[in-house]
Amino acid sequence: MTASPETPKSLYAAREPIFPKRVSGYYRNLKWWILAVTLGIYYVMPWIRWDRGPNLPDQAVLLDLAHRRFFFFWIEIWPHEFYFVAGLLIMAGLGLFLFTSALGRVWCGYSCPQTVWTDLFILVERWIEGDRNARLRLWKSKWDAKKIRLRITKWVLWLLISVATGGAWVFYFTDAPRLLVDLFAFEAHAVAYTTIAILTLTTFVFGGFMREQVCIYMCPWPRIQAAMMDEDTLTVAYRDWRGEPRGKKHENATGDCIDCMACVNVCPTGIDIRDGQQMACITCALCIDACDDIMAKVGKPRGLIDYMALTDETLEREGNAPKPIMKHILRPRTMIYTALWAGIGFALVFLLFIRSPIDMTVAPVRNPVNVVLSDGSIRNTYDIRLRNMSGTDKPFYISLKGDEALTLQLEGADDQVAMVPANETFLQRVYVTAPRGSGPATGDRTEFRFWIDDFVNSARAHTDTVYFGRTTE
Amino acid sequence: MSHQTEDKEQELQAGDPNTTGHSWDGIKEFDNPMPRWWLWTFYACIVWAIGYTIAYPAWPMLKEATPGLLGYSTRAEVQQDIDAVETQNAPLWEQIEQVELASLKDNTDLHGFAVNGGAAIFKTWCAQCHGSGAAGAVGYPNLLDDDWLWGGTVDDIAQTVAYGIRLEDVADSRFSEMPAFGEILAEEEIAQVVSYVRSLSDAPHNSALASAGEVIFLDNCSSCHAEDGTGDRFQGAPNLTDAIWLFGGSEEAITETVMNSRYGVMPNWNKRLSEGEIRAVAAYVHQLGGGE
Repeated sequence: MTASPETPKSLYAAREPIFPKRVSGYYRNLKWWILAVTLGIYYVMPWIRWDRGPNLPDQAVLLDLAHRRFFFFWIEIWPHEFYFVAGLLIMAGLGLFLFTSALGRVWCGYSCPQTVWTDLFILVERWIEGDRNARLRLWKSKWDAKKIRLRITKWVLWLLISVATGGAWVFYFTDAPRLLVDLFAFEAHAVAYTTIAILTLTTFVFGGFMREQVCIYMCPWPRIQAAMMDEDTLTVAYRDWRGEPRGKKHENATGDCIDCMACVNVCPTGIDIRDGQQMACITCALCIDACDDIMAKVGKPRGLIDYMALTDETLEREGNAPKPIMKHILRPRTMIYTALWAGIGFALVFLLFIRSPIDMTVAPVRNPVNVVLSDGSIRNTYDIRLRNMSGTDKPFYISLKGDEALTLQLEGADDQVAMVPANETFLQRVYVTAPRGSGPATGDRTEFRFWIDDFVNSARAHTDTVYFGRTTE
Repeated sequence: MSHQTEDKEQELQAGDPNTTGHSWDGIKEFDNPMPRWWLWTFYACIVWAIGYTIAYPAWPMLKEATPGLLGYSTRAEVQQDIDAVETQNAPLWEQIEQVELASLKDNTDLHGFAVNGGAAIFKTWCAQCHGSGAAGAVGYPNLLDDDWLWGGTVDDIAQTVAYGIRLEDVADSRFSEMPAFGEILAEEEIAQVVSYVRSLSDAPHNSALASAGEVIFLDNCSSCHAEDGTGDRFQGAPNLTDAIWLFGGSEEAITETVMNSRYGVMPNWNKRLSEGEIRAVAAYVHQLGGGE
């Protein structure tokens, strides 16, 4: 770019079109596998069935927003257990920190949905329009019948993938087979169609047209992750001390780089890795594959472009051997991230195993604090929310343990049993009464404990609360 | 390296077109252009914003905002939601109007609906006197206890709510009137009968006065409060043997009651509430802990 003070250069620039060339090699294969596995999980997951009994959904992974339940195979999360979700999100964050500090932008390069879907879209593009040179020619050519045909074919295929992508998303939130039927019968909820429409649009635009623009200009993660990287972080780098001065053989260039531009041609973000580490590099490692291929052809050792840490660069420039990869990865920073990650993980698993299938919340009624009955006894009232986190209706036996004078009575029942429907919360009002002149009735506060028992499954839970008497009488 | 850096410095000073020319501790700033599509999204946002203010209520005028071409209004939306809920609940209200109140509790769903609806009605119309927790106050009955002046079945409560208490213009209103004994009995006799009344519920009392008061009670009070002092619900005459006192159980309060009488009133809610609403609020009050 050249500009003189008289003609100030524009503040805005159009997108430079990028035509990534097909490449094969170790990292490309790895990325195909990751693409297949991640997309497979995404599309197939909602269709896996998991029998939980007659009263519960049989979808293995289900985010039931309407009923505030999250099902994940044998685990069911209720709203009051949201800390599991919070814990998982913290683990996801720490996991991202760990991988970034060890392997740089490995998330961006291999498993970010933007990268995975862009890869898929480029694959389709290559099937329809051919490899880099053919696509470049097509881009430059006039809008004739052939170009229109190819473009429309490509867009239709992209659109189908996009619809499937948006469509798969909604299946996570309701029973998938029924929703599929409803969707085609135009009987599904408007929210389902709107969600599919929005995700179809974003997939189509981000995967087909925005591509690297999303990474460079829209995504906040690349801005943050530099904080997690240091001189031991492995990133994709060019061994300029080996490659330079670059040039063709007959140009008397002594470096290994033959300036074939293979690394530039395969780059999905359109950069030249030989300029060094840069913002737009998502470390997808495709330039490594491309360069290794060329090095093999010209009879030079592989790794002119390679995963490397900054410390290696210094060592290698001085003619020393690079540090072994494990020495880069095992360092205090990554160990601390791993320890934190594992600590939270163990805590969540522990909590998962000690939780009770029955539970209660006791809310003492304080308006009024107590009531005098006609025989002079003093009554306190408690709203007890009983939770039955199982797939069958259960009788809960409610009792109290504390002062002998306290007796318990359930609103609307002659016994001490409340039937709690499967997978539901049930509000039961409970009265605790102390006779006239007894200790609790004349005392200020008497602590006691509510117990709930599910005798059939020998599960029980308790909550401590307080009885208030009337000290003035 | 250092040589190279000096070159760069000179290049910068000369005005490298790719940087802003600024340098902070050797860190320079690229002068990259913004992507053009970003500019277009900015223009698109402006167009959207203008369109939005035309389509929806936006521009403030002297009296009200411009209505917007779509005619949208949040108030209309709320009204729609309310109408939808009312349409949905209409059959339930109909059932409540027709159901046998005594057996309402057996229909768990309908009872739950009645109690929730009744709670809202209670907090709107009844809480002013009976309190938001239904604990009442001096002169306003506590609805949580097991003591009822006029009866504590759901039907009794519904009757009280519908026609009120001591309303001379309402034919079906519950009615009774205690005489002011200040004009009938001597002061000494009143002191005696007050002590006797306190003895009925084992409250501290002067036993000499109380035994003298028994005859006065039987002569003057027992026709309504019954010979044993347990009251008469048909006349709304309170049970004097229990621990609950509507106007206070102290000697002073009872003396005041005997001397000047009391005349608690309650409005007839059938002029404000529908039959279903009256039944719902009765069902709510009935399940507060004292229902019979």
